[in-house]
Amino acid sequence: MADEDDIILSELDDEELVLQMHDDLYDGLKEEIEEAVHILIDRGWTPYDILTKALVAGMTIVGNDFRDGILFVPEVLLAANAMKGGMAILKPLLVETGAPRMGKMVIGTVKGDIHDIGKNLVAMMMEGAGFEVVDIGINNPVESYLEALDREGADILGMSALLTTTMPYMKVVIDTMKEKGIRDDYLVIVGGAPLNEEFGKAIGADAYCRDAAVAVETAKDMVARKHNRMGA
Amino acid sequence: MTNTLTRLLQSRDWLLADGATGTNLFNMGLSSGEPPEFWNVEHPDRIAKLYSFAVEAGSDLFLTNSFGGNASRLKLHNAQARVRELNRIAAEIGREVADKAGRPVAVCGSIGPTGEIFAPMGTLTHELAVEMFHEQAEGLKEGGADVLWVETISAPEEFKAAAEAARLAGMDWCGTMSFDTAGRTMMGVTSAQLAALVEKLPNPPLAFGANCGVGAADLMRTVMGFASAGTERPIIAKGNAGIPKYHDGHIHYDGTPALMGDYACLARDAGATIIGGCCGTMPEHLKAMHEALTTRPRGPRPSLEDITAKLGAFSSASDGTGDDDGPGRERRGRRRS
Repeated sequence: MADEDDIILSELDDEELVLQMHDDLYDGLKEEIEEAVHILIDRGWTPYDILTKALVAGMTIVGNDFRDGILFVPEVLLAANAMKGGMAILKPLLVETGAPRMGKMVIGTVKGDIHDIGKNLVAMMMEGAGFEVVDIGINNPVESYLEALDREGADILGMSALLTTTMPYMKVVIDTMKEKGIRDDYLVIVGGAPLNEEFGKAIGADAYCRDAAVAVETAKDMVARKHNRMGA
Repeated sequence: MTNTLTRLLQSRDWLLADGATGTNLFNMGLSSGEPPEFWNVEHPDRIAKLYSFAVEAGSDLFLTNSFGGNASRLKLHNAQARVRELNRIAAEIGREVADKAGRPVAVCGSIGPTGEIFAPMGTLTHELAVEMFHEQAEGLKEGGADVLWVETISAPEEFKAAAEAARLAGMDWCGTMSFDTAGRTMMGVTSAQLAALVEKLPNPPLAFGANCGVGAADLMRTVMGFASAGTERPIIAKGNAGIPKYHDGHIHYDGTPALMGDYACLARDAGATIIGGCCGTMPEHLKAMHEALTTRPRGPRPSLEDITAKLGAFSSASDGTGDDDGPGRERRGRRRS
Protein backbone atom coordinates (compact mmCIF):
# COMPACT_ATOMS: atom_id res chain seq x y z
CA MET A 1 0.00 0.00 0.00
CA ALA A 2 1.48 3.30 -1.10
CA ASP A 3 2.02 5.93 1.54
CA GLU A 4 2.50 9.52 0.52
CA ASP A 5 5.94 9.43 2.12
CA ASP A 6 6.96 6.41 0.07
CA ILE A 7 10.17 6.85 -1.80
CA ILE A 8 10.13 6.08 -5.52
CA LEU A 9 13.67 4.92 -6.22
CA SER A 10 13.52 5.48 -9.96
CA GLU A 11 12.67 9.16 -9.42
CA LEU A 12 15.83 9.85 -7.42
CA ASP A 13 18.90 11.21 -9.19
CA ASP A 14 22.10 9.16 -9.02
CA GLU A 15 23.53 10.87 -5.98
CA GLU A 16 20.28 10.63 -4.00
CA LEU A 17 19.74 7.06 -5.07
CA VAL A 18 23.15 5.98 -3.82
CA LEU A 19 22.53 7.69 -0.46
CA GLN A 20 19.12 6.03 -0.31
CA MET A 21 20.80 2.68 -0.95
CA HIS A 22 23.08 3.30 2.03
CA ASP A 23 19.98 3.83 4.18
CA ASP A 24 18.24 0.81 2.72
CA LEU A 25 21.24 -1.42 3.35
CA TYR A 26 21.32 -0.08 6.89
CA ASP A 27 17.68 -1.05 7.28
CA GLY A 28 18.18 -4.42 5.60
CA LEU A 29 15.73 -3.82 2.74
CA LYS A 30 16.71 -6.49 0.23
CA GLU A 31 14.08 -5.87 -2.46
CA GLU A 32 14.78 -2.14 -2.47
CA ILE A 33 18.50 -2.80 -2.88
CA GLU A 34 17.88 -5.18 -5.77
CA GLU A 35 15.60 -2.64 -7.44
CA ALA A 36 18.18 0.13 -7.01
CA VAL A 37 20.99 -2.02 -8.43
CA HIS A 38 18.89 -2.64 -11.54
CA ILE A 39 18.18 1.07 -11.87
CA LEU A 40 21.87 1.93 -11.73
CA ILE A 41 22.71 -0.76 -14.30
CA ASP A 42 20.03 0.69 -16.60
CA ARG A 43 21.54 4.14 -16.12
CA GLY A 44 24.83 2.83 -17.45
CA TRP A 45 26.79 2.49 -14.19
CA THR A 46 29.61 -0.05 -14.28
CA PRO A 47 29.07 -3.06 -12.04
CA TYR A 48 32.28 -2.17 -10.19
CA ASP A 49 31.05 1.35 -9.39
CA ILE A 50 27.73 0.00 -8.13
CA LEU A 51 29.57 -2.47 -5.96
CA THR A 52 32.02 -0.01 -4.44
CA LYS A 53 30.11 3.28 -4.32
CA ALA A 54 26.68 1.96 -3.38
CA LEU A 55 26.96 -1.45 -1.74
CA VAL A 56 30.41 -1.57 -0.16
CA ALA A 57 30.19 2.06 0.97
CA GLY A 58 26.80 1.33 2.55
CA MET A 59 28.08 -1.78 4.30
CA THR A 60 31.02 0.24 5.64
CA ILE A 61 28.51 2.42 7.51
CA VAL A 62 26.83 -0.72 8.85
CA GLY A 63 30.23 -2.13 9.84
CA ASN A 64 31.25 1.04 11.64
CA ASP A 65 28.04 1.20 13.63
CA PHE A 66 28.37 -2.48 14.50
CA ARG A 67 31.94 -1.84 15.67
CA ASP A 68 30.74 1.12 17.75
CA GLY A 69 27.94 -0.80 19.46
CA ILE A 70 25.12 1.04 17.68
CA LEU A 71 23.97 -1.89 15.55
CA PHE A 72 23.89 -5.50 16.73
CA VAL A 73 23.93 -8.90 15.13
CA PRO A 74 20.27 -9.06 13.98
CA GLU A 75 20.53 -5.75 12.09
CA VAL A 76 23.88 -6.72 10.59
CA LEU A 77 22.48 -10.03 9.39
CA LEU A 78 19.61 -8.24 7.69
CA ALA A 79 21.97 -5.72 6.06
CA ALA A 80 24.25 -8.50 4.86
CA ASN A 81 21.25 -10.29 3.40
CA ALA A 82 20.21 -7.15 1.49
CA MET A 83 23.79 -6.76 0.26
CA LYS A 84 23.75 -10.37 -0.88
CA GLY A 85 20.68 -9.65 -2.98
CA GLY A 86 22.51 -6.86 -4.77
CA MET A 87 25.66 -8.93 -5.14
CA ALA A 88 23.78 -11.79 -6.78
CA ILE A 89 22.83 -9.41 -9.60
CA LEU A 90 26.31 -7.91 -9.90
CA LYS A 91 28.45 -11.03 -9.62
CA PRO A 92 28.11 -12.32 -13.21
CA LEU A 93 28.50 -8.76 -14.54
CA LEU A 94 31.65 -8.19 -12.49
CA VAL A 95 33.21 -11.33 -13.94
CA GLU A 96 32.16 -10.31 -17.47
CA THR A 97 33.67 -6.85 -17.16
CA GLY A 98 36.88 -8.10 -15.54
CA ALA A 99 36.49 -5.81 -12.54
CA PRO A 100 39.38 -5.78 -10.06
CA ARG A 101 39.18 -8.36 -7.26
CA MET A 102 39.27 -7.31 -3.64
CA GLY A 103 40.81 -10.60 -2.56
CA LYS A 104 39.81 -14.08 -1.55
CA MET A 105 39.52 -15.39 1.98
CA VAL A 106 39.39 -18.91 3.34
CA ILE A 107 37.66 -18.98 6.72
CA GLY A 108 36.77 -21.65 9.27
CA THR A 109 36.70 -22.46 12.98
CA VAL A 110 39.68 -24.42 14.28
CA LYS A 111 39.85 -28.07 15.18
CA GLY A 112 37.75 -28.86 18.22
CA ASP A 113 35.65 -25.73 17.90
CA ILE A 114 32.11 -26.00 16.60
CA HIS A 115 30.92 -22.49 17.49
CA ASP A 116 30.35 -20.69 14.24
CA ILE A 117 28.18 -17.60 14.72
CA GLY A 118 31.21 -15.29 14.83
CA LYS A 119 32.80 -16.94 11.84
CA ASN A 120 29.56 -16.67 9.85
CA LEU A 121 29.31 -12.99 10.67
CA VAL A 122 32.84 -12.32 9.49
CA ALA A 123 32.19 -14.27 6.29
CA MET A 124 29.04 -12.22 5.60
CA MET A 125 30.68 -8.90 6.34
CA MET A 126 33.69 -9.78 4.19
CA GLU A 127 31.36 -10.63 1.33
CA GLY A 128 29.58 -7.39 2.03
CA ALA A 129 32.89 -5.60 1.56
CA GLY A 130 33.36 -7.26 -1.82
CA PHE A 131 35.75 -10.05 -0.86
CA GLU A 132 35.28 -13.56 -2.16
CA VAL A 133 34.83 -15.87 0.80
CA VAL A 134 35.33 -19.62 0.94
CA ASP A 135 33.76 -20.88 4.15
CA ILE A 136 35.21 -24.26 5.12
CA GLY A 137 32.93 -24.60 8.14
CA ILE A 138 33.69 -25.83 11.63
CA ASN A 139 36.26 -28.06 13.30
CA ASN A 140 39.09 -27.69 10.77
CA PRO A 141 42.41 -29.51 11.16
CA VAL A 142 45.48 -27.79 9.74
CA GLU A 143 45.29 -29.95 6.57
CA SER A 144 41.85 -28.54 5.66
CA TYR A 145 43.05 -24.95 5.94
CA LEU A 146 46.16 -25.58 3.83
CA GLU A 147 44.29 -27.56 1.21
CA ALA A 148 41.62 -24.86 0.83
CA LEU A 149 44.17 -22.03 0.66
CA ASP A 150 46.02 -23.82 -2.12
CA ARG A 151 42.93 -24.98 -4.04
CA GLU A 152 41.27 -21.57 -3.95
CA GLY A 153 44.33 -19.45 -4.63
CA ALA A 154 43.33 -17.42 -1.57
CA ASP A 155 45.01 -14.28 -0.24
CA ILE A 156 43.72 -14.33 3.30
CA LEU A 157 43.31 -16.99 5.97
CA GLY A 158 40.74 -16.33 8.69
CA MET A 159 40.62 -18.55 11.79
CA SER A 160 37.99 -18.39 14.49
CA ALA A 161 37.69 -19.96 17.94
CA LEU A 162 35.23 -19.42 20.77
CA LEU A 163 36.91 -21.59 23.36
CA THR A 164 40.02 -20.88 25.36
CA THR A 165 40.85 -24.53 24.85
CA THR A 166 40.72 -24.42 21.06
CA MET A 167 42.38 -21.08 20.40
CA PRO A 168 45.93 -22.41 20.85
CA TYR A 169 45.32 -24.57 17.77
CA MET A 170 45.67 -21.43 15.66
CA LYS A 171 49.36 -21.49 16.48
CA VAL A 172 49.61 -25.06 15.18
CA VAL A 173 48.21 -23.90 11.84
CA ILE A 174 50.56 -20.91 11.61
CA ASP A 175 53.58 -22.99 12.67
CA THR A 176 52.78 -25.58 10.00
CA MET A 177 52.55 -22.83 7.39
CA LYS A 178 55.97 -21.61 8.49
CA GLU A 179 57.46 -25.10 8.27
CA LYS A 180 56.15 -25.45 4.73
CA GLY A 181 57.53 -22.03 3.82
CA ILE A 182 54.13 -20.64 2.82
CA ARG A 183 53.38 -18.43 5.82
CA ASP A 184 54.20 -15.19 4.01
CA ASP A 185 52.07 -16.07 0.99
CA TYR A 186 48.95 -15.27 3.01
CA LEU A 187 47.54 -12.69 5.38
CA VAL A 188 46.46 -14.48 8.53
CA ILE A 189 43.76 -12.90 10.68
CA VAL A 190 42.30 -14.46 13.81
CA GLY A 191 39.26 -13.75 15.93
CA GLY A 192 36.90 -15.11 18.57
CA ALA A 193 35.49 -14.06 21.92
CA PRO A 194 38.37 -15.12 24.18
CA LEU A 195 41.17 -13.83 21.94
CA ASN A 196 42.98 -10.55 22.21
CA GLU A 197 45.71 -8.63 20.41
CA GLU A 198 48.42 -9.99 22.67
CA PHE A 199 47.39 -13.53 21.74
CA GLY A 200 47.37 -12.74 18.02
CA LYS A 201 50.94 -11.47 18.28
CA ALA A 202 52.08 -14.38 20.42
CA ILE A 203 51.02 -16.96 17.85
CA GLY A 204 52.34 -15.02 14.84
CA ALA A 205 49.11 -13.91 13.14
CA ASP A 206 49.11 -10.75 11.05
CA ALA A 207 46.21 -9.37 13.02
CA TYR A 208 43.67 -10.08 15.72
CA CYS A 209 40.24 -8.65 14.89
CA ARG A 210 37.84 -8.15 17.75
CA ASP A 211 34.73 -8.23 15.58
CA ALA A 212 33.54 -8.67 12.02
CA ALA A 213 33.72 -4.95 11.23
CA VAL A 214 37.32 -4.74 12.37
CA ALA A 215 38.11 -7.87 10.34
CA VAL A 216 36.84 -6.18 7.19
CA GLU A 217 38.77 -2.95 7.80
CA THR A 218 41.92 -4.89 8.64
CA ALA A 219 41.65 -7.06 5.55
CA LYS A 220 41.06 -4.05 3.27
CA ASP A 221 44.00 -2.23 4.79
CA MET A 222 46.37 -5.19 4.61
CA VAL A 223 45.41 -6.12 1.06
CA ALA A 224 46.03 -2.53 -0.04
CA ARG A 225 49.43 -2.50 1.63
CA LYS A 226 50.32 -5.86 0.09
CA HIS A 227 49.42 -4.57 -3.37
CA ASN A 228 51.56 -1.48 -2.81
CA ARG A 229 54.47 -3.61 -1.71
CA MET A 230 54.20 -5.80 -4.78
CA GLY A 231 54.00 -2.75 -7.04
CA ALA A 232 57.12 -1.20 -5.52
CA MET B 1 4.96 -27.76 46.24
CA THR B 2 8.06 -25.65 46.59
CA ASN B 3 11.57 -26.50 45.56
CA THR B 4 14.83 -26.08 47.45
CA LEU B 5 15.78 -22.91 45.59
CA THR B 6 12.47 -21.20 46.37
CA ARG B 7 12.84 -22.09 50.03
CA LEU B 8 16.41 -20.81 50.09
CA LEU B 9 15.31 -17.55 48.48
CA GLN B 10 12.60 -17.15 51.12
CA SER B 11 14.92 -17.71 54.07
CA ARG B 12 18.15 -15.99 52.98
CA ASP B 13 19.09 -12.59 51.62
CA TRP B 14 21.99 -13.85 49.50
CA LEU B 15 22.87 -17.20 47.99
CA LEU B 16 26.21 -18.37 46.61
CA ALA B 17 25.93 -20.06 43.23
CA ASP B 18 28.71 -22.12 41.66
CA GLY B 19 31.71 -21.31 39.46
CA ALA B 20 32.96 -22.51 36.11
CA THR B 21 31.98 -25.84 34.62
CA GLY B 22 34.19 -25.89 31.52
CA THR B 23 37.33 -24.49 33.15
CA ASN B 24 37.13 -27.06 35.96
CA LEU B 25 36.45 -29.97 33.61
CA PHE B 26 39.37 -29.02 31.35
CA ASN B 27 41.58 -29.12 34.44
CA MET B 28 40.34 -32.68 35.01
CA GLY B 29 41.39 -33.68 31.52
CA LEU B 30 38.49 -32.87 29.23
CA SER B 31 39.99 -32.23 25.82
CA SER B 32 38.89 -29.41 23.59
CA GLY B 33 36.03 -30.24 21.27
CA GLU B 34 34.86 -33.15 23.39
CA PRO B 35 31.29 -32.52 24.58
CA PRO B 36 31.39 -32.26 28.41
CA GLU B 37 27.96 -33.90 28.61
CA PHE B 38 29.45 -37.26 27.51
CA TRP B 39 31.33 -37.30 30.80
CA ASN B 40 28.06 -37.72 32.67
CA VAL B 41 28.18 -41.30 31.41
CA GLU B 42 31.91 -41.84 30.86
CA HIS B 43 33.25 -40.20 34.03
CA PRO B 44 30.40 -39.75 36.52
CA ASP B 45 33.00 -39.62 39.31
CA ARG B 46 34.54 -36.48 37.82
CA ILE B 47 31.16 -34.82 37.41
CA ALA B 48 30.34 -35.63 41.04
CA LYS B 49 33.68 -34.07 41.94
CA LEU B 50 32.86 -30.95 39.93
CA TYR B 51 29.58 -30.54 41.83
CA SER B 52 31.36 -31.24 45.14
CA PHE B 53 33.81 -28.40 44.46
CA ALA B 54 30.88 -25.99 44.69
CA VAL B 55 29.25 -27.66 47.69
CA GLU B 56 32.54 -27.78 49.61
CA ALA B 57 33.21 -24.11 48.84
CA GLY B 58 29.87 -23.20 50.42
CA SER B 59 27.65 -22.85 47.35
CA ASP B 60 23.90 -23.00 47.98
CA LEU B 61 23.23 -24.21 44.47
CA PHE B 62 25.10 -25.64 41.53
CA LEU B 63 24.36 -26.07 37.84
CA THR B 64 24.31 -29.48 36.20
CA ASN B 65 26.74 -30.51 33.48
CA SER B 66 24.17 -30.20 30.73
CA PHE B 67 24.82 -26.76 29.22
CA GLY B 68 25.23 -28.08 25.66
CA GLY B 69 22.75 -30.92 26.15
CA ASN B 70 20.18 -29.83 23.57
CA ALA B 71 19.58 -31.67 20.30
CA SER B 72 21.11 -28.90 18.21
CA ARG B 73 24.46 -28.87 20.05
CA LEU B 74 24.63 -32.64 20.53
CA LYS B 75 23.91 -33.18 16.85
CA LEU B 76 27.38 -31.80 16.09
CA HIS B 77 28.67 -34.91 17.85
CA ASN B 78 26.02 -37.21 16.40
CA ALA B 79 24.49 -37.53 19.84
CA GLN B 80 21.12 -35.87 19.23
CA ALA B 81 19.42 -39.12 20.26
CA ARG B 82 21.02 -38.93 23.72
CA VAL B 83 19.46 -35.68 24.96
CA ARG B 84 17.16 -37.27 27.51
CA GLU B 85 19.77 -39.71 28.84
CA LEU B 86 22.64 -37.20 29.18
CA ASN B 87 20.45 -34.62 30.92
CA ARG B 88 18.84 -37.15 33.23
CA ILE B 89 22.21 -38.46 34.38
CA ALA B 90 23.62 -34.92 34.79
CA ALA B 91 20.80 -34.23 37.24
CA GLU B 92 20.95 -37.65 38.94
CA ILE B 93 24.61 -37.17 39.83
CA GLY B 94 23.73 -33.70 41.10
CA ARG B 95 20.86 -35.01 43.21
CA GLU B 96 23.19 -37.49 44.88
CA VAL B 97 25.82 -34.84 45.70
CA ALA B 98 23.23 -32.32 46.93
CA ASP B 99 21.40 -34.83 49.12
CA LYS B 100 24.66 -35.71 50.88
CA ALA B 101 25.58 -32.08 51.55
CA GLY B 102 24.00 -31.97 55.01
CA ARG B 103 22.34 -28.61 54.25
CA PRO B 104 19.92 -27.48 51.55
CA VAL B 105 21.69 -27.26 48.18
CA ALA B 106 19.66 -26.71 45.01
CA VAL B 107 20.35 -28.76 41.87
CA CYS B 108 19.81 -26.40 38.93
CA GLY B 109 19.44 -28.02 35.53
CA SER B 110 21.62 -26.05 33.14
CA ILE B 111 20.21 -25.23 29.71
CA GLY B 112 22.48 -23.33 27.31
CA PRO B 113 21.75 -21.81 23.91
CA THR B 114 21.07 -23.88 20.82
CA GLY B 115 23.74 -22.02 18.87
CA GLU B 116 21.25 -21.41 16.07
CA ILE B 117 19.94 -18.10 14.80
CA PHE B 118 16.20 -17.49 14.66
CA ALA B 119 14.28 -17.08 11.42
CA PRO B 120 14.09 -15.11 9.18
CA MET B 121 17.89 -14.70 9.28
CA GLY B 122 18.52 -18.18 10.61
CA THR B 123 16.66 -21.45 10.57
CA LEU B 124 15.43 -21.72 14.16
CA THR B 125 11.71 -21.28 14.83
CA HIS B 126 9.97 -20.79 18.17
CA GLU B 127 8.35 -24.23 17.90
CA LEU B 128 11.67 -25.97 17.20
CA ALA B 129 13.44 -24.18 20.03
CA VAL B 130 10.63 -25.01 22.49
CA GLU B 131 10.74 -28.64 21.41
CA MET B 132 14.49 -28.88 21.94
CA PHE B 133 14.47 -27.14 25.32
CA HIS B 134 11.46 -29.15 26.46
CA GLU B 135 13.16 -32.44 25.65
CA GLN B 136 16.16 -31.33 27.68
CA ALA B 137 13.97 -30.06 30.53
CA GLU B 138 12.19 -33.42 30.80
CA GLY B 139 15.54 -35.19 31.12
CA LEU B 140 16.68 -32.83 33.86
CA LYS B 141 13.35 -33.19 35.66
CA GLU B 142 13.51 -36.96 35.48
CA GLY B 143 17.01 -36.89 36.98
CA GLY B 144 15.78 -34.85 39.95
CA ALA B 145 16.77 -31.26 39.22
CA ASP B 146 15.10 -28.79 41.59
CA VAL B 147 14.74 -26.06 38.98
CA LEU B 148 15.84 -25.35 35.41
CA TRP B 149 18.59 -22.81 34.87
CA VAL B 150 18.66 -21.21 31.42
CA GLU B 151 21.97 -19.42 30.81
CA THR B 152 24.22 -17.57 28.35
CA ILE B 153 21.28 -16.64 26.12
CA SER B 154 21.64 -13.77 23.61
CA ALA B 155 18.34 -13.69 21.73
CA PRO B 156 15.03 -12.71 23.39
CA GLU B 157 13.26 -15.31 21.21
CA GLU B 158 15.43 -18.05 22.67
CA PHE B 159 14.80 -16.84 26.23
CA LYS B 160 11.05 -16.98 25.61
CA ALA B 161 11.27 -20.45 24.08
CA ALA B 162 13.14 -21.73 27.13
CA ALA B 163 10.49 -20.20 29.40
CA GLU B 164 7.78 -22.02 27.49
CA ALA B 165 9.73 -25.28 27.75
CA ALA B 166 9.91 -24.84 31.53
CA ARG B 167 6.15 -24.30 31.60
CA LEU B 168 5.56 -27.45 29.54
CA ALA B 169 7.81 -29.44 31.89
CA GLY B 170 5.97 -27.94 34.89
CA MET B 171 9.19 -26.67 36.45
CA ASP B 172 10.30 -23.44 38.08
CA TRP B 173 13.25 -21.84 36.38
CA CYS B 174 15.91 -19.16 36.48
CA GLY B 175 17.31 -17.42 33.41
CA THR B 176 20.37 -15.38 32.58
CA MET B 177 21.64 -13.74 29.44
CA SER B 178 25.22 -13.01 28.45
CA PHE B 179 25.93 -9.29 27.96
CA ASP B 180 29.15 -9.35 25.99
CA THR B 181 28.78 -6.69 23.26
CA ALA B 182 29.07 -3.06 24.35
CA GLY B 183 27.07 -3.89 27.47
CA ARG B 184 24.33 -5.67 25.53
CA THR B 185 23.88 -9.26 24.43
CA MET B 186 25.19 -10.25 21.01
CA MET B 187 21.65 -9.74 19.73
CA GLY B 188 21.47 -6.23 21.20
CA VAL B 189 19.40 -6.82 24.36
CA THR B 190 20.07 -4.35 27.20
CA SER B 191 19.82 -5.06 30.92
CA ALA B 192 16.67 -2.92 31.08
CA GLN B 193 15.11 -4.84 28.20
CA LEU B 194 15.71 -8.20 29.89
CA ALA B 195 14.22 -6.86 33.15
CA ALA B 196 11.11 -5.86 31.19
CA LEU B 197 11.02 -9.09 29.17
CA VAL B 198 10.89 -11.41 32.20
CA GLU B 199 7.83 -9.64 33.62
CA LYS B 200 5.93 -10.20 30.37
CA LEU B 201 6.37 -13.97 30.41
CA PRO B 202 3.36 -16.08 31.44
CA ASN B 203 5.67 -18.02 33.77
CA PRO B 204 8.33 -15.56 34.90
CA PRO B 205 11.55 -16.98 36.35
CA LEU B 206 12.23 -17.25 40.10
CA ALA B 207 15.28 -15.10 39.47
CA PHE B 208 16.97 -13.61 36.42
CA GLY B 209 20.23 -11.95 35.61
CA ALA B 210 23.53 -12.08 33.77
CA ASN B 211 26.29 -14.62 33.34
CA CYS B 212 29.60 -14.84 31.48
CA GLY B 213 30.14 -11.85 29.17
CA VAL B 214 33.35 -9.85 29.39
CA GLY B 215 34.76 -9.29 32.88
CA ALA B 216 33.46 -8.79 36.41
CA ALA B 217 33.22 -4.99 35.94
CA ASP B 218 30.95 -5.20 32.88
CA LEU B 219 28.77 -7.79 34.57
CA MET B 220 28.37 -5.50 37.58
CA ARG B 221 27.22 -2.65 35.35
CA THR B 222 24.57 -4.99 33.92
CA VAL B 223 23.42 -5.94 37.44
CA MET B 224 23.14 -2.22 38.29
CA GLY B 225 21.02 -1.88 35.14
CA PHE B 226 18.58 -4.58 36.37
CA ALA B 227 18.29 -2.84 39.73
CA SER B 228 17.73 0.57 38.12
CA ALA B 229 14.94 -0.96 36.05
CA GLY B 230 13.10 -1.34 39.35
CA THR B 231 12.74 -5.12 39.35
CA GLU B 232 11.59 -6.82 42.53
CA ARG B 233 12.60 -10.22 41.30
CA PRO B 234 15.82 -11.71 42.70
CA ILE B 235 18.80 -10.81 40.50
CA ILE B 236 21.49 -13.31 39.49
CA ALA B 237 25.13 -12.27 38.99
CA LYS B 238 27.47 -14.90 37.55
CA GLY B 239 30.54 -13.16 36.20
CA ASN B 240 33.78 -14.49 34.76
CA ALA B 241 36.91 -14.51 36.90
CA GLY B 242 38.54 -11.75 34.89
CA ILE B 243 39.66 -12.01 31.30
CA PRO B 244 41.40 -14.94 29.62
CA LYS B 245 45.15 -14.54 29.07
CA TYR B 246 47.43 -16.69 26.99
CA HIS B 247 50.66 -17.92 28.60
CA ASP B 248 53.06 -20.55 27.25
CA GLY B 249 50.45 -22.44 25.30
CA HIS B 250 47.63 -22.42 27.80
CA ILE B 251 44.94 -20.04 28.95
CA HIS B 252 44.21 -18.72 32.39
CA TYR B 253 41.80 -16.11 33.68
CA ASP B 254 43.39 -13.10 35.32
CA GLY B 255 40.81 -12.59 38.10
CA THR B 256 42.25 -13.47 41.52
CA PRO B 257 40.24 -15.00 44.38
CA ALA B 258 40.57 -11.65 46.21
CA LEU B 259 39.06 -9.80 43.25
CA MET B 260 36.18 -12.27 43.05
CA GLY B 261 35.58 -11.75 46.78
CA ASP B 262 35.29 -8.00 46.16
CA TYR B 263 33.06 -8.67 43.16
CA ALA B 264 30.71 -10.89 45.22
CA CYS B 265 30.19 -8.17 47.85
CA LEU B 266 29.78 -5.45 45.23
CA ALA B 267 27.18 -7.59 43.47
CA ARG B 268 25.26 -8.00 46.73
CA ASP B 269 25.47 -4.26 47.46
CA ALA B 270 24.22 -3.57 43.95
CA GLY B 271 21.12 -5.65 44.58
CA ALA B 272 21.99 -9.18 43.42
CA THR B 273 20.65 -12.06 45.51
CA ILE B 274 22.17 -15.06 43.75
CA ILE B 275 25.90 -14.54 43.28
CA GLY B 276 28.35 -16.88 41.60
CA GLY B 277 31.07 -17.08 39.00
CA CYS B 278 31.33 -18.25 35.42
CA CYS B 279 34.36 -19.05 33.22
CA GLY B 280 37.64 -19.20 35.14
CA THR B 281 35.96 -19.37 38.56
CA MET B 282 37.72 -22.19 40.40
CA PRO B 283 37.06 -23.61 43.90
CA GLU B 284 39.56 -21.14 45.44
CA HIS B 285 37.63 -18.23 43.94
CA LEU B 286 34.34 -19.62 45.27
CA LYS B 287 35.81 -20.03 48.75
CA ALA B 288 37.01 -16.41 48.71
CA MET B 289 33.55 -15.30 47.58
CA HIS B 290 31.87 -17.34 50.31
CA GLU B 291 34.15 -15.92 52.95
CA ALA B 292 33.68 -12.35 51.75
CA LEU B 293 29.88 -12.67 51.65
CA THR B 294 29.80 -14.29 55.11
CA THR B 295 32.21 -11.99 56.92
CA ARG B 296 31.86 -8.58 55.29
CA PRO B 297 28.94 -6.32 56.14
CA ARG B 298 26.63 -5.04 53.46
CA GLY B 299 27.60 -1.67 52.07
CA PRO B 300 25.78 1.10 50.25
CA ARG B 301 24.82 0.62 46.63
CA PRO B 302 28.07 1.09 44.68
CA SER B 303 28.48 3.72 41.98
CA LEU B 304 29.89 2.86 38.55
CA GLU B 305 33.11 4.56 39.73
CA ASP B 306 33.32 2.24 42.75
CA ILE B 307 33.02 -0.71 40.37
CA THR B 308 35.78 0.36 38.00
CA ALA B 309 38.01 1.28 40.94
CA LYS B 310 37.73 -2.21 42.40
CA LEU B 311 37.23 -4.42 39.33
CA GLY B 312 38.80 -2.53 36.42
CA ALA B 313 37.49 -0.58 33.44
CA PHE B 314 34.34 -1.30 31.42
CA SER B 315 34.74 -2.65 27.89
CA SER B 316 32.52 0.08 26.40
CA ALA B 317 31.52 3.61 27.35
CA SER B 318 27.75 2.98 27.29
CA ASP B 319 25.62 -0.10 27.85
CA GLY B 320 22.57 1.20 26.04
CA THR B 321 20.51 2.00 29.15
CA GLY B 322 19.44 5.23 30.83
CA ASP B 323 19.61 8.61 29.15
CA ASP B 324 22.66 7.62 27.21
CA ASP B 325 21.22 5.10 24.79
CA GLY B 326 23.98 5.72 22.29
CA PRO B 327 23.94 7.56 18.98
CA GLY B 328 21.60 6.48 16.21
CA ARG B 329 21.57 7.05 12.47
CA GLU B 330 19.56 9.75 10.79
CA ARG B 331 17.57 8.31 7.88
CA ARG B 332 16.98 10.37 4.78
CA GLY B 333 13.29 9.67 4.38
CA ARG B 334 10.47 7.55 5.66
CA ARG B 335 10.21 4.05 4.34
CA ARG B 336 7.24 1.73 4.20
CA SER B 337 7.51 -0.54 7.18
